[in-house]
Amino acid sequence: MVEQQAAVLSPEALVEEFKKNGVTHVVTIPDSETNYLYELMQEQPWLDVVPASREGETFAIALGLIIGGQTPVCLIQNTGMMESGDSIRGMALDSGFPLVMVIGYRGWNRHGVITDSVARYTEPFLNAFRINYYLVEQDADSHRISVAFEEAKNTKRPVAILVGDEYHGFNR
Amino acid sequence: MIQSSDIFRVFQDHRGDAIVIPTGTSGRHWREFTQNETRDLNLGGAMGHTTSAALGLALGLPNEKVVLFDSEGALLMNLGILATIAGKKPSNFCHILLDNECYATTGGQPVPNAQEINYAGVAKEAGYTAAYSFDDLEDFATNIEQIMNESGPVFVAIKVVPEVENEPIGMRQRAPSRSRAETIRDLQGELGISVG
Repeated sequence: MVEQQAAVLSPEALVEEFKKNGVTHVVTIPDSETNYLYELMQEQPWLDVVPASREGETFAIALGLIIGGQTPVCLIQNTGMMESGDSIRGMALDSGFPLVMVIGYRGWNRHGVITDSVARYTEPFLNAFRINYYLVEQDADSHRISVAFEEAKNTKRPVAILVGDEYHGFNR
Repeated sequence: MIQSSDIFRVFQDHRGDAIVIPTGTSGRHWREFTQNETRDLNLGGAMGHTTSAALGLALGLPNEKVVLFDSEGALLMNLGILATIAGKKPSNFCHILLDNECYATTGGQPVPNAQEINYAGVAKEAGYTAAYSFDDLEDFATNIEQIMNESGPVFVAIKVVPEVENEPIGMRQRAPSRSRAETIRDLQGELGISVG
């Protein structure tokens, strides 16, 4: 059983960070733990949610949006990030544009033994692609999202946010 | 089957101000006919995801017509994009598939179910506004003006003659072409877009 922490990351905090950083589109595949976040995003008049069929699409759709002058983020789970390897290479890293990718850190557990292999491989995957990342677990960490946006802008590279709170914060 | 160069020759007369994204082996011929290179875009590739990037561009520039010349080998790698496109309903998007029934760039091996699949049927059932199939140049020439004026997303599947390459990649002759970064820079300059 996964041990839960006392403080949580609220979907409102994530959406507020998107607004603060001028995000126009969220290109996403929802997962079972983020349905309230999905609903909240759809309620925002300033935000266009772009549902994709497979995670690799999200980085390419984001590139097209960026070329068109928009500010997208990719919001997917770590499992889908691994499926997206060549898209991350060809559409994000090689294009030389800033991009924040928000990754649900399935299997992450600060307090117990990590038994889900996707959690074991998530950070090594990002390191292999030389993508810097920030762990966000609770509202007090949410300022790191702005740090990621600033870093992406300055380096013209993708920067990842690992959402280490998938298991209780994003559902009602 | 139609020569892809003939497709582009006919299309150029109906292009208007559309942003054109040519891909694949057949797509190279566009350079011979384009009369507005500033609005030609090289989106690069990543296992079929040029289609996805073209969707992103159409969503990002809703007041610009976006025409993608796709290839069937690329589309098959990511067929779900048809549902993604249909779901967002970009009215400014025209998706033209040049179907040579093979992987021309790797020696001409057939794509799966090359002669049986109905790409226009798949697109239409996925939710595109309209979908057409052509294997005759005159039919294409007769219909392209109406297609370009139609509200999208519109899908057009065209059977084209394969132009198979067998030389090792490093030995192939390439006509001068602008890089992806150059085409993006030129298009953004034309549209007055700056990316922070």
